[in-house]
Amino acid sequence: MRATSREALLALLACAVTLLLAAALGSKPLIDTLMRLAIFGLYAVSLNILVGYTGLVSFGHAMFFGFGAYAFGLLMQTGMTSLPAAALASLALSAVLALVVGALCIRLADIYFSFLTLAFQMLLHAVILSWVGLTGGDQGLQGGIPRPRFLGINLADPWQVFVVTMVAFFASLLAIRTILQSPFGYALRMVRDNAPRAAALGLPVQRYKLAAFVIAGLFGALAGILMALYVSGAYPNFAFWTLSGEGMFMIMLGGIGVFLGPVLGAAIFLLLNDTVTRFTEYNGMVMGVVLLVVVLGLRQGLLDVVMARLRPR
Amino acid sequence: MTAHLAIADLVKHFGGVVATDHVTLDFPPGSLTAVIGPNGAGKSTLFNLITGRIRPDGGRVLLDGTDIAGWSETAIVARGIGRAFQIASLFPSFTVAESLAAAILAHRRQTHRMLARFPLAAARGRADEVMHLVGLDAHADRLAQHLSHGDQKLLDIALALALDPGVLLLDEPTAGMGRDERWQIIETVHRLWSARRMTMIFIEHDMDIVFKIAQSVRVLKFGRVLAEGTPAEIRDNDEVIAAYLGTRYAKAAP
Ligand SMILES: Nc1ncnc2c1ncn2[C@@H]1O[C@H](COP(=O)(O)OP(=O)(O)OP(=O)(O)O)[C@@H](O)[C@H]1O
Ligand SMILES: [Mg+2]
Repeated sequence: MRATSREALLALLACAVTLLLAAALGSKPLIDTLMRLAIFGLYAVSLNILVGYTGLVSFGHAMFFGFGAYAFGLLMQTGMTSLPAAALASLALSAVLALVVGALCIRLADIYFSFLTLAFQMLLHAVILSWVGLTGGDQGLQGGIPRPRFLGINLADPWQVFVVTMVAFFASLLAIRTILQSPFGYALRMVRDNAPRAAALGLPVQRYKLAAFVIAGLFGALAGILMALYVSGAYPNFAFWTLSGEGMFMIMLGGIGVFLGPVLGAAIFLLLNDTVTRFTEYNGMVMGVVLLVVVLGLRQGLLDVVMARLRPR
Repeated sequence: MTAHLAIADLVKHFGGVVATDHVTLDFPPGSLTAVIGPNGAGKSTLFNLITGRIRPDGGRVLLDGTDIAGWSETAIVARGIGRAFQIASLFPSFTVAESLAAAILAHRRQTHRMLARFPLAAARGRADEVMHLVGLDAHADRLAQHLSHGDQKLLDIALALALDPGVLLLDEPTAGMGRDERWQIIETVHRLWSARRMTMIFIEHDMDIVFKIAQSVRVLKFGRVLAEGTPAEIRDNDEVIAAYLGTRYAKAAP
């Protein structure tokens, strides 16, 4: 109980400091950077629920990012008038998608699980590309996403989008952290460490894998919704396999064994991406080398290494 | 007296191998039984069938008269059968205390709770108790993966014990240990049984241990029950001597 309220306070403080800082500096590039960091940080943390905590290596996590973004954008474009209701509805739809896809994937072991998730994501990507009438095909959702006022909040205003995104980001981190430190979170770690032993102790392993898949999918979809709000649109690359790969890159780089590792990984990823593309078009190659150095050199993510140093033996 | 656990005509094939061949066995309440037999006799398979890890091809497993053959592991654990493994099967990144608390929460169906903080006070209290019972208190905060081999086996047993099972199955509790360590762990196991009087079945290759602590012995070979009886009867059983024991344990012993 005490640890939980300390973390809540921490999240609140971090959120307040970020907002104050951004308000004081009022810098557009800073706000843009923070927006992307929050969106991709949340996306990476949600993927790590599966990879780092449950031991389920999903190659198709971007399917939820893309689905959340399109569902939200389409609901708003096709007549839903309440923005929060559309967001909630797209989360509910994403949960259903995760439940169905998850139920089919978790039956498979290891690499087969990974590739089936990838296959579902490619399917979604193909649907987005080919259902031009609904999705705009490779052009993405056309004409912007309507953002009517609600509760005095105006999300057509970039600053207000920023505030809402930051609040959603820190609240989500707190929620995920709470879930991972709960008995449920430790059940996921049991599955990761030794699923047969967990089953022999009475844990219904498949049900927990599925629950983890749905929770990860929900927060992945939330990241997608925030992205759709931010760019006022949705694009096929939201659901492309490269985004799944980048998520994996972020968590490997930052560390899968530490809660905030994926956020650090996302920060480094965005930084690299922005600076490297300024100097060379071979940014894929540079990123590949960085990942090789971290994975082969440290054999862990950056925060994993730091935490291992700090922890008494 | 009716059996606590009774196995009737149990059959299991793996491809062409008959691992369990029409096995029928009874285990009275509160009994301490050793299961012995050569490598590949089907001893571990028997445990896997009883606990629902694998499904039998035929036959029944009666727990207090209820046929649990074919039930899920989860349902069978809930009925009060716990087990430890031939090769210690642990959660490497958990500390000893966390491992036990997690096992307790899983068994009590508390692991769906997402808002409470792990470990709940009740689970921690019970974990402390179990650690004390098996003598792992000093290692409470060590990671399972950093324990010595003997302590890993002990933790594996403790995980099963944490469920407070009515039937406890121990698959070679002394596997891979030196002589002294072996007797230490067997003393612990015997003390646990004496204190709780659960129905305990253990697989063991060390005949000195079997003859010292078991109330009765079941001998398996090629998936079949070769013999059953008291340690003295088994020691003098010509078939068992020929098939498994050799002459070392025959009548010569006092
Ligand atoms: N999952 C499985 N798949 C295929 N064959 C199996 C499986 N489990 C056991 N067997 C086979 O069944 C037979 C019995 O194996 P089991 O592990 O029960 O023997 P055991 O009596 O425990 O031997 P040990 O003393 O070496 O532990 C062996 O021939 C083994 O190869
Ligand atoms: Mg065996």
